[in-house]
Amino acid sequence: MNTLTILLLTFILSVTGLFVFVWSLRKNLFDDNPSAANVIFSEGEIGTIEEPAATAQQHKALQHAVDATHAPIADVSRDARMRLELADRIEADRSTAYVTFVFLACAVAWLILASVAGLISSIKLHEPDFLAQYAWLTFGRIRTLHLNSVAYGWAPMAAFGIAIWTLPRLLKTPLMGARFALLGAMLWNAALIAGLGSIAVGISDGLEWLEIPWQIDVLFVIGGALIGLPMVFTLQNRKVQHLYVSIWYMGAALFWFPILFLIGNIPGLHFGVEQATMNWWFGHNVLGLFYTPVALATVYYFLPKIIGRPIQSYNLSLLGFWALAFFYGQVGGHHLIGGPVPAWLVTLSIVQSVMMVVPVLAFSVNQHMTMRHHFKTLIYSPTLRFIVLGGMMYTLSSVQGSMEALRSVNTVTHFTHFTVAHAHLGLYAFFSLVMFGAIYFVMPRVMSWEWPYPRLIALHFWLVVLGFGIYFVGLTIGGWLQGVAMLDASRSFMESVQLTMPYLQSRSVGGALMTLGHLVFAVHFGAMALRYGPKRVGPALFHKPVTAGAALAEA
Amino acid sequence: MESEYKLLGGAMVTLALATATLVVLPYMQLADVPPSEGLEPYTSQQLRGREVYIKNGCVYCHTQQPRAQAQAPDFKRGWGRAPVAGDYFYDKPHLLGTMRTGPDLLNIGARQPSADWHLGHLYQPRAYTPGSNMPSYPFLFDIKEKAESGDKVVALPPEYAPVGEQVVAKPEALDLVAYLLALDRTYPVNPLPDGTK
Repeated sequence: MNTLTILLLTFILSVTGLFVFVWSLRKNLFDDNPSAANVIFSEGEIGTIEEPAATAQQHKALQHAVDATHAPIADVSRDARMRLELADRIEADRSTAYVTFVFLACAVAWLILASVAGLISSIKLHEPDFLAQYAWLTFGRIRTLHLNSVAYGWAPMAAFGIAIWTLPRLLKTPLMGARFALLGAMLWNAALIAGLGSIAVGISDGLEWLEIPWQIDVLFVIGGALIGLPMVFTLQNRKVQHLYVSIWYMGAALFWFPILFLIGNIPGLHFGVEQATMNWWFGHNVLGLFYTPVALATVYYFLPKIIGRPIQSYNLSLLGFWALAFFYGQVGGHHLIGGPVPAWLVTLSIVQSVMMVVPVLAFSVNQHMTMRHHFKTLIYSPTLRFIVLGGMMYTLSSVQGSMEALRSVNTVTHFTHFTVAHAHLGLYAFFSLVMFGAIYFVMPRVMSWEWPYPRLIALHFWLVVLGFGIYFVGLTIGGWLQGVAMLDASRSFMESVQLTMPYLQSRSVGGALMTLGHLVFAVHFGAMALRYGPKRVGPALFHKPVTAGAALAEA
Repeated sequence: MESEYKLLGGAMVTLALATATLVVLPYMQLADVPPSEGLEPYTSQQLRGREVYIKNGCVYCHTQQPRAQAQAPDFKRGWGRAPVAGDYFYDKPHLLGTMRTGPDLLNIGARQPSADWHLGHLYQPRAYTPGSNMPSYPFLFDIKEKAESGDKVVALPPEYAPVGEQVVAKPEALDLVAYLLALDRTYPVNPLPDGTK
């Protein structure tokens, strides 16, 4: 493209942007809190916290922290109407309990497997003869088992579980056709077991993120479609007029993923370098158009719900959605900077990667403004701690991602452990933390049972935060130094390998702490499923009836 | 937004745009690129070796895409010139890679043409490259008291060889080495006129 064309395009884009901005002002799109943001609350519920994972004490303190800024007004007749609507919500929760449990239990099982596989791979990078005699444990396979059990096990199972639980609540109707989702879950997990088995014995399609043989992928497609059906049925039976922003993110993600997966796995279609561009179109969009939107939807629902306050700017969240939908899909080419691919494609991906700052800022500003004056709630709400920290990590990983896409930075970081650290910042510190938080919220409702050992939640949190901190800082520094060494022709390649050793060891330490945290989580999850600890006091703890605040303290 | 159809419509349009730019356009642009002159199709043994390469996930540590001299000193390291699309004509699936825990391998066959070196290096990388963190692949070899006729005995530095026994390459190891030796794109090419690298 010549300079004139670029200038002309820039001019047209700027003018269009200006018109969109003027139009949005005329439409009052930047006003605070249009009623749409309130649809997740029933009448009069704003100002009332909901946090099933909190103990009675934490619950009280949490409500107190919120009341300090927004004291609710007592109104007896409104409370009566509220109770009716809450009955609907209890109905919705009941309809999803079993299905959600199945998905989340699978998610936890895959998380443990993935953590162990990840830890073994990490150790192998600094102890290369560790377990070398077994073919299925060789680095190239166990690393792939780690990636696939995260990408097709833990992450989607958690995402489906949370989506299935949240959608009926948002649509104020019971879940329709739950049995399809159960059948889908069975097929999906069967496919994953077969897929991981294939990789372990060395049968692989050979593409990163798409290793599972396409013959098995067919099962994923059928399973995924079956899981999607109840959501479509429920959407058709909705009792709300307005679709809350979480539904946008979840709904779009659930339609985007199957298309990505299908195109990526068509056998015999892709070739040579074109296959590489498709590979990164898929690899990056699984993150950007599936995990990310589901986690954002989760934040947009649970965060306001817990602190009993609608999100600050609803329209900003919608802007964030469309910007994400538009820009994120085209960023994959930045994985091929300097590669043998068409130059225009790389440039396009770099531009769109930088443009990702727009949706990210829209989300970050919104989360911060919603949490403003409420940061004290983080002390009392275990769920919120995971979710707010996760949300902050989204900002961090996305801004880092935009920077990494720049040619100058990419030249250093590409092909190094820096990228691995970045990938974990996104999929672990953002996505997984948000999912942990949501699971802590959802499970007491699903089981009608309290978390038996609240201290284990705190232990889980600090183990994974500390572990990930070590993991990320170490690997980021090591990766950067590795990249710098590789660019210096006067230093041998082996130097770039050797200097990473202490950082790779620190990664194993961090990874071990994270794995330990997951074991704590899994044990706690299992204890709850087996009904250890106190029974939840049913819907009484659902929210504090404004007129009977004291009654809660006793509950 | 009150209509799920508008939402899904919009979502599909954005995905279609992404697919058009990252999948369809490259497909159209690259579909007719001929193999580079000087590039030979893989033999069936080399293709079997390529399967061994995929099977054991070599791609997760080794790229096959040296960078241009303007960007990185890959050429100075002896990894070869920047490749063009035609160099990958016979590559199904592509193995461009994203990590350089180990060096680039697109021209390893030209850089290290000794089959014996490769076999020994696969059996125990640290025997040839001290400090390397490449896994050893003992499962690609048999340890025999005495090699039979037709066996390919791996010559190892004495301190790494098993005492009183011989290391014999399994067919997979021989196939893999055949593939590695075929990795040689040192023939000259002309960049395409439309800016495609």
